[in-house]
Amino acid sequence: MSLEESKQEIIEAFSIYDEWLDKYEYLIELGKNLQPYPEEKKTDEHLIKGCQSRVWLDAEEKDGKLFFSADSDAIITKGIISLLISVYSGRTPAEISADDFSFVEQIGLRENLSPTRANGLVSMISTIRQMAAEYE
Amino acid sequence: MTVKEIRAEFPILSSSVYKRPLVYLDNAASSQRPLSVVKKLEQLSLEENANIHRAVHYLAAKATDEFEGAREAVRAALNAESKDEIIFTSGTTAAINLVAYSFGEAFVGEGDEIIVSVSEHHSNIVPWQLLCQRKKASLKVLDIDENGELQAGTLEKLISQRTKLVAISQISNVLGLINPVAGIIETAHSYGVPVLVDGAQGFVHLQTDVRVMDCDFYVFSGHKVFATTGSGVLYGKKKWLEQMPPFMGGGEMIETVSFSGTTFAPLPYKFEAGTQNFNGIPTLVPALELREKCLKDSELQKNVEEITAYVLDALTSDPRIILYGVPRRTEDKIPLFSFSVKGVHHEDLALIMDKMGIALRSGQMCAEPLMDRFGVSGMLRASFAPYNTMDEAKYFIQCLDKAIGMLQ
Repeated sequence: MSLEESKQEIIEAFSIYDEWLDKYEYLIELGKNLQPYPEEKKTDEHLIKGCQSRVWLDAEEKDGKLFFSADSDAIITKGIISLLISVYSGRTPAEISADDFSFVEQIGLRENLSPTRANGLVSMISTIRQMAAEYE
Repeated sequence: MTVKEIRAEFPILSSSVYKRPLVYLDNAASSQRPLSVVKKLEQLSLEENANIHRAVHYLAAKATDEFEGAREAVRAALNAESKDEIIFTSGTTAAINLVAYSFGEAFVGEGDEIIVSVSEHHSNIVPWQLLCQRKKASLKVLDIDENGELQAGTLEKLISQRTKLVAISQISNVLGLINPVAGIIETAHSYGVPVLVDGAQGFVHLQTDVRVMDCDFYVFSGHKVFATTGSGVLYGKKKWLEQMPPFMGGGEMIETVSFSGTTFAPLPYKFEAGTQNFNGIPTLVPALELREKCLKDSELQKNVEEITAYVLDALTSDPRIILYGVPRRTEDKIPLFSFSVKGVHHEDLALIMDKMGIALRSGQMCAEPLMDRFGVSGMLRASFAPYNTMDEAKYFIQCLDKAIGMLQ
């Protein structure tokens, strides 16, 4: 699936739900299904700054593509990072760098989070971008 | 007065959020404003707006009367001996900072000690830490037990010959338990140590007579008790205030100014430097009238007691929930509940319940030492006001159950 297709899939998944409570339920499911993150990588080095709840993010390069793994102590945050990973994992650093991440606006995620969570989302996105830039 | 009648005074309470009726349970952070307060602010802005105390013109006289009228209303509400003992500040934090600086300048030196409790709001910790740094003094901490009850009996062990002040909250903004301040003051006074009582939460829920309590300083914020923001109060016994140097310089606080030396205005103006919040402070008058009504009205009080008992029972009987601040007797608890849910992050719960229309507070609630004491990174807090209904309390408990179900 291309990056665009992946984003479209999420936009469609979100459009099924009218209510934000249902969208949260979807995010919670995503959070619960996130691949386990290694305990030994729960270090300050992997901690994303600017989130109220703790979020760890790690990237590994394989065949020119970046694969992300993450975890959080809050389940909705975990759902959000899981959503970002499902879109951006397995892409080349160039693809990630060229993307504007505007699909999070399209699904209305940012304005429906509390200000602290919205800041956290911004931090997650900038960390993913930064990691891509390092591998480019 | 019925709860329905008092709700009519607060238009915001009938509003909707996310297409659901708003259930406002963050009253410990700030109360909503009644029409009487909004009208007062409007009247002052549109009809009586002028700087106070100095000018001789008509508007200035009107505005000054309103401002000084508020001072008398606060004096009466606290039953202070004199209006000179009532100083207006921007809020509780500013009032404590004023005392920490000014009392500290007059009475605290190297090696001296200040006592606070572990359950204090940051605003009743950090000003004392700053004072201690400045004066090379040290801070002693009174502990609580597992239920959140203050270990008042251990105060005597903490008091030494170097103790200069005890600063304690009437009710913690996290635990919602009524602290035994009368006993603390008696103990401290028996060693000649004055006591500052942080009434930010207590003044909202309890009849407070500073002469009966015999505290040396008492502070509260108007915005938590229906008035506008920026309408805080410091009460201080005259014998202390007179010996304390000014906190800030300039404006009303001077008597004469020259480069060879400046003399200061008498109390209370000595501590009111700069332009005062002359539009906001007079809103304390209708706000305190409503507070008085809430505290005295038997129907409203019954509602508050029933809500406290109901929520207390619902939270303590649910094995998924840990309540912080469990009273020995229900009457020792105000309707303020901080809790955790096992295996669930407080922010997740707050976020979901927000979408259900319920305004809660989540996080450290400006009391990090207390969070550390209980070994948690944060809590969820529901705090009720006299205008909250039993139906809202039941809706809150239902939604909490539903939200936990979604998250666990």
